[in-house]
Amino acid sequence: MPILEGKGVTKYFGGLAAVSDVDFNVEQGDALGLIGPNGAGKTTLFNLISAALVPKSGTIRFKGKDITGLSPYKICRMGVARTFQSVKVFADMPVLNNVVLGSYFGTSPGMSSRDAVGEATALLEFVGLSALKATPAKDLTLANQKRLEVARALSTNPELLLLDEMMAGLNPAELAQAMELVTRIRDKGITIIMIEHVMKAIMNACERIMVLHHGAKIAEGTPQEIATSKTVIKVYLGEKAHAGS
Amino acid sequence: MGITTLTSKKSLVWWAIILIIFILLAFVPLYAPGYTAILLTSILMYVILTVSWVMFSGSTGYMSLAPAAFFGVGIYASAIIGGILPFPIVVGIGGLARFCLALLVGALTLRLRGIYFAIFTFGLVMLMAHSLLFWELHVTGTRGRFVIVMGYNTIYYYLLGIFVLLLLTAYLINRSRFGLALQSIGQEEDAAAHTGVNVTMLKVITFAISAFFMGAAGAVMATKWTYIDPFIAFNPFYSFMPVVMAIFGGIGQLYGPIIGAAILTYLEEILITKFAELYMLIFGTILVIAILYLPDGLVGLIQKMWKRYSERKHADT
Amino acid sequence: MIVTILDVLIAGLLMGGIYALIAVGLSLQYGVARVLNIAHGEFIMLGAFGTWMLYKMVGINPLVSLVICAPFLFLIGFFLHKTLFRSLLASSASADIFEGRSLLASFGLIFIIQNIAILTWGADIKSYSYLNYGVNLAGAVFAANRLVTLLFAVVISAAFYLFLARTRLGKAIRAAAQDPRTAGLMGVNINKVLALCFGFGALMAGFAGGLLSMCYPITATMGMEYTIIAIIVVVLGGMGSIVGSFIGGFLLGIIGSIVTYIEPGLALVAYYVIFIVLLLARPTGILGK
Repeated sequence: MPILEGKGVTKYFGGLAAVSDVDFNVEQGDALGLIGPNGAGKTTLFNLISAALVPKSGTIRFKGKDITGLSPYKICRMGVARTFQSVKVFADMPVLNNVVLGSYFGTSPGMSSRDAVGEATALLEFVGLSALKATPAKDLTLANQKRLEVARALSTNPELLLLDEMMAGLNPAELAQAMELVTRIRDKGITIIMIEHVMKAIMNACERIMVLHHGAKIAEGTPQEIATSKTVIKVYLGEKAHAGS
Repeated sequence: MGITTLTSKKSLVWWAIILIIFILLAFVPLYAPGYTAILLTSILMYVILTVSWVMFSGSTGYMSLAPAAFFGVGIYASAIIGGILPFPIVVGIGGLARFCLALLVGALTLRLRGIYFAIFTFGLVMLMAHSLLFWELHVTGTRGRFVIVMGYNTIYYYLLGIFVLLLLTAYLINRSRFGLALQSIGQEEDAAAHTGVNVTMLKVITFAISAFFMGAAGAVMATKWTYIDPFIAFNPFYSFMPVVMAIFGGIGQLYGPIIGAAILTYLEEILITKFAELYMLIFGTILVIAILYLPDGLVGLIQKMWKRYSERKHADT
Repeated sequence: MIVTILDVLIAGLLMGGIYALIAVGLSLQYGVARVLNIAHGEFIMLGAFGTWMLYKMVGINPLVSLVICAPFLFLIGFFLHKTLFRSLLASSASADIFEGRSLLASFGLIFIIQNIAILTWGADIKSYSYLNYGVNLAGAVFAANRLVTLLFAVVISAAFYLFLARTRLGKAIRAAAQDPRTAGLMGVNINKVLALCFGFGALMAGFAGGLLSMCYPITATMGMEYTIIAIIVVVLGGMGSIVGSFIGGFLLGIIGSIVTYIEPGLALVAYYVIFIVLLLARPTGILGK
């Protein structure tokens, strides 16, 4: 049984279909890549899964249970976590507190203070931020803030992790570190869906890729298939041609 | 809760100071002239309102203009059941009523964006005044009520007790995981929700707790004024003052609203005696200036000066 | 029966005219300048008192003093924005922060303006009578001054609508309402437009106040109630939609009239209930975006 299943998911903003009748499923332990030109509806789809938004129609099932329209905090506690495209760390709070919040609230409730702090500290080490644990989050570099978001998401003990443009804005060294982090997360058995524009990252990290355009799914397959698919190339090159003229 | 920058020695000093202050406050009615107790009563009232306001609006960032509404409910509760039951129970029952009202109000409106919430709470005060007026005219046939009278010292001790309870509550919340969650709501509400925080419930409960204390203060103050009517009880001024005092004092730290309230209440007392017609003007101006130039309040100013002082000290060595 | 319905309706329209006017004013201030000016009611009060003062002391016809008081308030609003709100805008890190701070600042303004009014004119109720005779309309008698109020409210709103739709400045304002940054890039002097809009809001308040003073007694504390009504209408009609505020004003006036007919004294409560229901069910209002 796929860990995440979506059927006919649709969302309108005013008269515009941001996501239009999209089906998807992800097997446990896999990594699914989600690509498409800007405005294709990728982040909207994430918002629908994590319940930041409610779909107009369609259903989303997590581990067989219908999660369409539940509150975000409930879905989080069920085991779905995410990062955000525009990084949303808790700016005035120290790094450790950003993460310990998830340990307190995102998991089965009632974790003792000591355990929560212990878990948070371990997570900071996992992502490589131990040295900065007392720094206010707003003083971190962008790359570190992204890692902080990942640590925070992991602190809620997820089985499914949604990564929204984690690689955006990183230089080559930071990019390599981020990709290595993704591998280590997968080693823990966590299923991943990642939105990316950095093709190298997606092609290397994911077994399957889904392509959205104007809210609709236009292709799905292995990285090899997607890279050679005429439809996909047209969508991307078509965009480039427009930008050129 | 993880990180604290206070060394244990420093916090012990703070505890000692606070304890001394409370002991002094407790003995005021015995050795100080009557006027001091009255002044402190006013100060305590505003301090309670202001700290309660900060407890909710300061951490979550949702601006509530409703303190007058809850204060007023407390006043009316006191008027209605004050003569019937022993007073502590009055305060308690009134508190429960306010708590429930706040739960109701909160559940309805805290799903809204911040500014809608602010508007809603702004109108709540007038709504309650009008509703009550209507009720009084058509149902009970009287306008206004008399409240049982209590001695000044009794009033003072009640307020002091409420204040201690409030401080304790605020302090415990601050240090707990709920305080952390409240802060996270204030900074990035969406991210907090996605990290498992039940945002709505937390907001509603905090709102209700702060309403409880505001109303408790109202219940006690009613006995000081002895006669009330809907417009005396639900006066937007009591929503206004806590906000001014909180912003003036600074909402970052727990002591900010306390010193803000203390200073401004004292100012109000002085103004009422000498320039009664001007004090709304002056307080309005203080608020505007504070918003423009003192975004972090006095606390922010003090922190900035302290930082500059310690930087200079280090530069010298 | 029909006569009664007509009465209630016309009474609602009469009140609605004022509501429409104040709502349009607030809509300008919030929709464009993004300042939720809860001191709006105080400007209305100033307009009312200004008109009263000119009538009582100098004998100027209230309708004439409309063109004296209202522009004066426009100037006050304009300069208020240029100084206070501009500098708030400059020092606010985000739009939300600016909205919150300007809300608080206007909260402070309420008390400043009210105090000044009390100092100048005293805290008691004032009134004067003008055009106070009855006019027979559809079987019921309505005060002439209220009919004139309705007429003026409609004319002023219509004139303003034309101004927005036809003139260059009007178009600039509409552009700024949609997207201030792009409008600025397109050559619109955004700061001036924002200040002008705020001033226009005060202008509307001034008109409304003057018209109100003809029909009702006034006090220095009358402002807040009208602010709340204006806010409710703006939400009812759709935040940012001027036409919506206009229609919403009349709608609310009619509702108020109906409620008053059934059970006088509950009008404000009814408005508030509508407000809550709207906020929960359809926050974008009837015509909002």
